[in-house]
Amino acid sequence: MKIMVAVKRVIDYAVKIRVKADKSGVETTNVKMAMNPFCEIALEEALRLREAGHAKEVLVVSMGGPQCADTLRTGLAMGADRAIHVSTTETLYPLAVAKLLCGLAESEKPNMVLLGKQAIDDDANQTGQMVAGLLKWPQGTFASKLSMEKGSSSVTVEREVDGGLESLKLQLPAVITADLRLNQPRYATLPNIMKAKKKPISQVTPEQLGVKISSDLEIVEVVEPAKRKAGVMVASVDELLDKLKNEAHVI
Amino acid sequence: MAPAKRAVDVLVRARLLTGGAWSQSRHYSGRKLVSQEEQLVSHRPLYNDQDRNMSSKSAPVESGLRCSLFESYMRHQVRRFAVSTKSSGNASAVKSSRFDKLKEPDVKFFKSAVGEKGVIMDKDELAVANIDWMHKYQGHSQILLRPQTTRQVSEILRYCNSRNLAVVPQGGNTGLVGGGVPVHDEVIMNLGALNKIISFDEVSGILVCESGCILENLDNYIGNKGFTMPLDLGAKGSCQIGGNVSTNAGGLRLLRYGSLHGNVLGLEVVLADGTVVDMLGTLIKDNTGYDMKQLFIGGEGTLGVVTKVSILVPAKLGSVNTAFLACEDYESCQNVLKEAKMQLGEILSAFEFIDRAALDMALTHLSGTRDPLPQSWKNFYLLIETTGSDEAHDKEKLHRFLESTMEKGFVADGVVAQGSTQADSFWQIREGISEAIGKAGAVYKYDFSLPPKYFYKIVEDLRGRLGSAAVVLGYGHLGDGNVHLNVSAPEYDNELLEKIEPYVFEWVAKHKGSVSAEHGIGFMKPHALHYSKSTEAIMLMEKFKSLLDPKGILNPYKVLPNASKSTPNPNAAAARTLEAAEVF
Repeated sequence: MKIMVAVKRVIDYAVKIRVKADKSGVETTNVKMAMNPFCEIALEEALRLREAGHAKEVLVVSMGGPQCADTLRTGLAMGADRAIHVSTTETLYPLAVAKLLCGLAESEKPNMVLLGKQAIDDDANQTGQMVAGLLKWPQGTFASKLSMEKGSSSVTVEREVDGGLESLKLQLPAVITADLRLNQPRYATLPNIMKAKKKPISQVTPEQLGVKISSDLEIVEVVEPAKRKAGVMVASVDELLDKLKNEAHVI
Repeated sequence: MAPAKRAVDVLVRARLLTGGAWSQSRHYSGRKLVSQEEQLVSHRPLYNDQDRNMSSKSAPVESGLRCSLFESYMRHQVRRFAVSTKSSGNASAVKSSRFDKLKEPDVKFFKSAVGEKGVIMDKDELAVANIDWMHKYQGHSQILLRPQTTRQVSEILRYCNSRNLAVVPQGGNTGLVGGGVPVHDEVIMNLGALNKIISFDEVSGILVCESGCILENLDNYIGNKGFTMPLDLGAKGSCQIGGNVSTNAGGLRLLRYGSLHGNVLGLEVVLADGTVVDMLGTLIKDNTGYDMKQLFIGGEGTLGVVTKVSILVPAKLGSVNTAFLACEDYESCQNVLKEAKMQLGEILSAFEFIDRAALDMALTHLSGTRDPLPQSWKNFYLLIETTGSDEAHDKEKLHRFLESTMEKGFVADGVVAQGSTQADSFWQIREGISEAIGKAGAVYKYDFSLPPKYFYKIVEDLRGRLGSAAVVLGYGHLGDGNVHLNVSAPEYDNELLEKIEPYVFEWVAKHKGSVSAEHGIGFMKPHALHYSKSTEAIMLMEKFKSLLDPKGILNPYKVLPNASKSTPNPNAAAARTLEAAEVF
């Protein structure tokens, strides 16, 4: 079985985000970048499936400018077998990414597509679902546990939903998106980092995949959320009720 | 009551006359050691009898004067003078007769000086202020003052100086040698209310702030403008910059940014008599006269109280890489350090060392930690961090360094953090060792500076000496030559302590090391000062102390070995006896 894992390069989660002065976006120059944490978890799960003998190859893919190579090298250092970089300088929104992944799936023919449930920069939580829709494959999103029988063509996914945990059995090929508690990603060991340098990263363009990148979306403005106002001390219960009724309008 | 008093009186006199009789056996063996070692070590005497007497360990159980009355007396003394039996090697805690007790008019004055809110006499709040972070040293002060301006600090000190009231300047109370808490009932003056940031020049990178500012708050403030504080330590969420300056705090990034002696450009201090000395320069270069501020950096609050700090801060660079490496033996660690300095050069920002025992301690007692290298069980681990301005350049350098050290066989295995989460998990281990050891039971902590060759040898030697009695572990700032030697035992045990001290101090002195690399002397180590400083140097220190604080009201009983001695008084012996008898 071949597993394709899609990873995204985002601003490192620990960095304090600053909005650009012209409100067109956030500062990304000289800011530390890293692989999206949920993508790391997805890749870790793919590696574990390979180590358990359920998969033969783990393919890691990413799309964007030349810096994607960093993220792909990280993926290879963690243990992926090979990488594909879809190079484009266009702004990518979830639908475009989904179409590209669909194109890749058609040429690579993986049995499973693993993604992180969402990216920490846009929190869209759309790509995995769209890919499944485009490929017409079953989907198991917010996976907190994955299990497979040896030689089986189905996978059992335990999902975290509002009401608790839901168990689904999906027929492969399927799309699965990883949630936080699926696993704890491994560290990239030195020998693997050295080996990763020799692993191939193949380049493709959107045209080669037959995808035209266009978007109906346009970012109008990016602003910081309003600063939390300091609390107000009230002197009596009556004053509290008055404020709740007339100022906060909650009762 | 009277008969008991007399019996105890006899014992007290006996103690004073024999000059710390219970330490005599060790005292003698120590002198024997000196005569052998003196041939090897050139100049300074390793053992100063006079110092030893006044600062003998409060080790209640010692051969010789063993009788139930004596033991009960010692137990009482321990309780009364609040010297914890947990402590290792403190100065003697005899309360000096030159200080007066707190009286009602004093409280009135303080209230008028700092306001009602600035005077705290609440039992619970005092309980917190009277005990140090490790719960090892506890005083019983009855009053906590929180001045809000330099002028108030000056008024308080002037008053206390005139009234012979001892004062303990207190910051975040995160020190590890009992320097920030009272020994007896000294007035606690907490600088936490002096927490304004006065100015920050973004071009020169010079920050001017009051001494009560918390280090992490300062780091966040300047972090927003693209700068970072030149020091980083585990206590950053609570420690105050005034305390950092007064203890010349080191930390994890000293290797890269240097010590506070270099980064602090100016200070405003208040002397014991209330004089405000403005040395708050904001110039990187200023060779006008003697650089007096250096005395107060590391002065541990015994020469003056720091009220404002002017500090040069470096730019906060975006590219940070962290690696966790495993080495076969200690010599490889030294080789890695050498290679790191040459190959990583200007981007090297931290080089920490953790031995197997310390790593196990952290993994066992800290929740949420996991072994970065479960597949390689080695005895020595290194945490290396690089900080630079260009991600690609730094990663390239780091990878080349790692490749070459692996090829040369210095590094057996390692991992590189792939993002902040992983980097934080490495630091969680390193920064959490102290906490983990605390959870494991009793701990004897030491902080030594040694030449790189001997950095780990002391751990091995002590381990051999203690055998199965305790777990000896070593970790620390290998890049600075600073080893944190810790001995973990199920419980505090004076027999064990006997085997550790003065063995470790003598070991360090023999190799011309420092008995306190970064933690300072505080209340814990005045008796050990002579192991790393010559008699003449200590004499100079005492001269400065008597010059700047003639009445000795600032942080008494600390730093200097003679700090617990009363001022010369012909009736001194009688006075001491009387005062000890007053206890009962």
